[in-house]
Amino acid sequence: MNFSKNGKSVSILVVDDELSVRDSLTKWFTEDGYKADSAADATEALKKLKPGAWDIIFLDIKLPGMDGMELQHRIKSIDPNATIIMITAYASVDTAVKSLKEGAYDYVTKPVDPDYLSHLVANVIKQRRLVSENIQLKEQIQELYEIDQIVGESPAMSKVFDLIKTVAPTDTTVMIKGESGTGKELIARAIHSNSARRFFPIITVNCGGLTEGLTESEFFGHEKGAFTGAQYRRKGKFEMANGGTIFLDEVGNIDSKAQTDLLRVIETKQFTRVGGDEMIKVDFRLICATNRDLELAVKEERFREDLYYRLNVFSISIPPLRERRSDIPLLCNYFLKKLANSINKPITRFSSEAMEQLEVYHWPGNVREMRNAIERAVVVAKGSSITVDDLPIPSSSEALPEDQSLEAVERAQIKNVLEQMGWNITRSAEILGIDRATLYHKIEKYGLRK
Amino acid sequence: MIIYIIPLRFPDNKLLEDLSSTLSNAFKLPASILRKSFPLDEGYDAVRNQFNSSWILSRLLKLAPEHSCKILGVTSVDLYVPVLTFVFGEAQVEGKAAVVSSYRLRDELYGLPKNPERLKERLEKEAIHELGHTFGLIHCREPECVMHSYTYAEEIDFKSKNFCNTCSALLENKKAQPPS
Repeated sequence: MNFSKNGKSVSILVVDDELSVRDSLTKWFTEDGYKADSAADATEALKKLKPGAWDIIFLDIKLPGMDGMELQHRIKSIDPNATIIMITAYASVDTAVKSLKEGAYDYVTKPVDPDYLSHLVANVIKQRRLVSENIQLKEQIQELYEIDQIVGESPAMSKVFDLIKTVAPTDTTVMIKGESGTGKELIARAIHSNSARRFFPIITVNCGGLTEGLTESEFFGHEKGAFTGAQYRRKGKFEMANGGTIFLDEVGNIDSKAQTDLLRVIETKQFTRVGGDEMIKVDFRLICATNRDLELAVKEERFREDLYYRLNVFSISIPPLRERRSDIPLLCNYFLKKLANSINKPITRFSSEAMEQLEVYHWPGNVREMRNAIERAVVVAKGSSITVDDLPIPSSSEALPEDQSLEAVERAQIKNVLEQMGWNITRSAEILGIDRATLYHKIEKYGLRK
Repeated sequence: MIIYIIPLRFPDNKLLEDLSSTLSNAFKLPASILRKSFPLDEGYDAVRNQFNSSWILSRLLKLAPEHSCKILGVTSVDLYVPVLTFVFGEAQVEGKAAVVSSYRLRDELYGLPKNPERLKERLEKEAIHELGHTFGLIHCREPECVMHSYTYAEEIDFKSKNFCNTCSALLENKKAQPPS
């Protein structure tokens, strides 16, 4: 039996004024397990036609009344997804070729070789299946990054959602501003997945983690032998993002040479690989994110002013969690459901004390810190609810340090996370939502010791 | 139910008798050779130098005795249906009549030495296949099932003379139903 993707039998309509052709083809297809029917002319064919009714339509080019070419147009306007195969006598090959240009899949010349016919139909079914799978996969990918993956009902987040919806369909460069852990990458992905570029890749470059001197190679790729260790030709991130979106996370961290390179590629949309002379043209949309005050960096001449204005065309500021506390219960329950499901634990709620603690905590690491805290709590929780003891955050009384300046809060949080993680720098940096280099810098700045 | 085998310009009597016994075993039904005069030339197309199998089927039906039966025409001439270049045979799905030709099953048509044993095997498989259609069976995906459709003679050698489990069960089910 031959089944299409959705489990129903493949359906074939034969439109031909010759009874013998109609009969023999419908019989042939019926023996193959397809649902087959026929029509003697255009009127009968149009009566039997409705969207999705027929997967494949065999259509005689010469029909009484309305000819096959005209009928092909009518069929395409009623059901653009039907695959049309023209049937032609030897003399009308020219017309058949014309019909191919109009969108027919193929044509067969009477009499047709049975083997050719079998393979033709098998190929059509295979292609239709691939097209249908492709559409389904694209829909799944889109669902993966729908805006509703970003949780929040507060007025501040509603404004962010409105900005995403406004800017996504355009090709405008977007600057996403927000503290570490506020979900800047999620916003970038939501913009990409709601743009016309969504079927092309979004390539993320973590500029905070780029090794000085290798930024150019990371951005633009390199030719074999361009420098010591360049054993192979390698594509850069801009080349990989061709047709799609490039997301430069922590863009404020790039050095002055990379700033110049970046400005050039934004202006010209072309570059050469390191060690190469071939000019490569690329088509990309740029989205940047930063947790730094770039305007201050411009004033202090640490960031090029011309580049800043190039990047800051459309700005979206994501509020830190402490400024949208009304979203905390919603977010907590969202993460609880998602994380408990992922490890198959029947945890459904937070105890009232635990929720109270989650609501008053100042969340310096924002949503990422909350997610990590709830993930840990889900792992260690014993019953059906998460209690205060399961939460890896200080109780409300000790949640805030006496000195509530931003620096004091940051110092306390870094110390807290480092101690919880046994001074594992990589893990701590991950929880804090900063790169390792920044963490080392802050450890030194605050004089923290094991 | 009985299977009637009607030779239509098919001179090899031994092959017909063997076929009768094979069909009887395959369908677990009695099979008998029925010799009747048949105006085969009326189905001849001089331009194509072939015989119209659909026309043959329609004439075979007229020969079918009144009671419940299947009727299989066996011929050595080349068969066609109008839209196809050739067919090995043709059958009415869930009907009474089928026809099968040995013409394109012969190795000598493809420049190979004559091989009577291979011809016998192929003819038996195609005869079972076409009669299978008259019991409502359609083409099967199992490459070794006799209901698998092949369009090259040498590919017929891949399949067996047997029905796969699914086709076999369907066949028994159809046989148990009263004739329509």
